[in-house]
Amino acid sequence: MILEAHEITKNFGGVRALNKCSLGIKKNKITALIGPNGSGKTTLFDVISRLIKPNSGFIKFKQERIDKFRPNKVAKMGISRTFQDPRLFKNLTIKDHFMMALSTNDESMFAKEKDVEWKIKEIMNLIGLTKPLHTLGSDLSYGQRKLLDLGVALAKPHDLLMLDEPVAGVNPKLRKQIKKIIQNLNKKGETVFLIEHDMNFVMDLVDHIFVLDAGEVIASGKPKQIQNNKKVLDAYLGE
Amino acid sequence: MIESYLLHIGILIAIYIILGVSLNLALGFTGLLNLGHVAFFGIGAYTSALLLKAGVSFIMAFFISGLIAAIFGFLLVLATRKLKGDYLALATLGFSFVIYSLMLNLTELTRGPLGIPGIPKPVIFGFKISGLLPYFIFVTILAVITVFLIYKIVKSPFGRLLQGVRDDEIGLKVLGKDTFKLKAKSMMLSAFFAGIAGSLFASYITYIDPSSFSLAEIILIFTIVIVGGIASIKGTIVATFIIILIPEALRFLYLPSTVLGPLRQIFYALILLGILLYRPKGLFGRIDLE
Ligand SMILES: Nc1ncnc2c1ncn2[C@@H]1O[C@H](COP(=O)(O)OP(=O)(O)OP(=O)(O)O)[C@@H](O)[C@H]1O
Ligand SMILES: [Mg+2]
Repeated sequence: MILEAHEITKNFGGVRALNKCSLGIKKNKITALIGPNGSGKTTLFDVISRLIKPNSGFIKFKQERIDKFRPNKVAKMGISRTFQDPRLFKNLTIKDHFMMALSTNDESMFAKEKDVEWKIKEIMNLIGLTKPLHTLGSDLSYGQRKLLDLGVALAKPHDLLMLDEPVAGVNPKLRKQIKKIIQNLNKKGETVFLIEHDMNFVMDLVDHIFVLDAGEVIASGKPKQIQNNKKVLDAYLGE
Repeated sequence: MIESYLLHIGILIAIYIILGVSLNLALGFTGLLNLGHVAFFGIGAYTSALLLKAGVSFIMAFFISGLIAAIFGFLLVLATRKLKGDYLALATLGFSFVIYSLMLNLTELTRGPLGIPGIPKPVIFGFKISGLLPYFIFVTILAVITVFLIYKIVKSPFGRLLQGVRDDEIGLKVLGKDTFKLKAKSMMLSAFFAGIAGSLFASYITYIDPSSFSLAEIILIFTIVIVGGIASIKGTIVATFIIILIPEALRFLYLPSTVLGPLRQIFYALILLGILLYRPKGLFGRIDLE
């Protein structure tokens, strides 16, 4: 297990977004977290990346508890993630985005950097982003932002890639493209943990599924097992 | 006569360029809505004045005034680290008032409203910089160095991160960057340059009192940056000329000084309002300040 969540509970005021939620992510596999709207999927991602502090429970990443760490420390330890609504730097260029992700010493005022444009081009090829490098974040379409967010997460050194609904709001052609990208990444040895709302999208993509409903893991297993699980079907129908 | 008047204006412009460009580093490039910049200016001026009067050399006093201002910059970021946007602006405005009232009330140190007279002119490597022309050259050189350094900073990988903090702090955290440290460094650099501007100011007019570091002064520096444009160094420089020169022209209307002062404030307010309404990116900015 590269990542373990142990009985995470998180309340927002009166809303219990996560209720003793536990799960484990295996190395070199694609794992999906699915569940109806508002079931707590994004909240779990935020707890893992330490943007949100849980009320109870803890997270282990690479065998180490990360409860006390700040988000940047967890990221530096090797967790890359994207956001459901891609977060981008609107006044910076595509190249800036990648340079920030690739650089490990730019927090020093005196950092010098090598030109790694070839590396950026390689990642852009991989994700199929064709815009010129000097394009500003604010000049990208939603789909392009989604791709750039993915590319930046890839460029940042990491051992675990967490994707929050990588194909939400994306056209069917781009959906296929992103699915292919994720499969190729996994073939190269990437460990992927992704959130997806649509059960059908993950069926032929992932190795393992966790199903979240009202903040609780109600089922977990191989896609085949999940497909026919009555509890899961009920949770989705009751939506 | 006219020549010494022009030199006087030139010296003020150089000092305000240092203030404006350094504020833009924190405000424009890092997105820290800081209304406390004038406090750093004042801290630098008082530190330098007191040290010079105590017999410390100018070079020492100059750098220490920058360092002390930077330390206050760090404390300000530390105290406001949970605040953003309007709340940060209010807190930093509060900081200005605290410093202002300390200048007024720490009479043992600052002589309160009486101010500190007789601040010595700079002596550097045995040369005393006292005439208007030498002082003008001196501050202009320092303004050029400041602009050059801040330009280098914002164009560096580090400066790119500062802009990342401005655009999306959370996005930067998940890339593994320590955004608190980045904000602290930006504010400290910004405060350092404001501090040395204070030192230059004190030794130029040789007399300081709290009124030089009041709310009106905050508005003036803020107006310069907003008019020039967020995150535009060129804009700040051009705006400094405009904002300092135009009210000077009012002088030639030979109005009584009781009218001139308020008129100047009205002018700043109008120009700020005009820019915000019709050109929210400023003269040379690319970026809206939300
Ligand atoms: N910052 C917050 N403040 C208050 N309530 C929140 C907050 N974030 C999430 N919630 C609530 O917690 C619950 C879980 O939200 P979460 O975003 O984790 O769901 P999700 O599974 O990601 O849903 P979706 O499929 O819509 O993205 C919801 O009821 C939501 O309204
Ligand atoms: Mg979500």
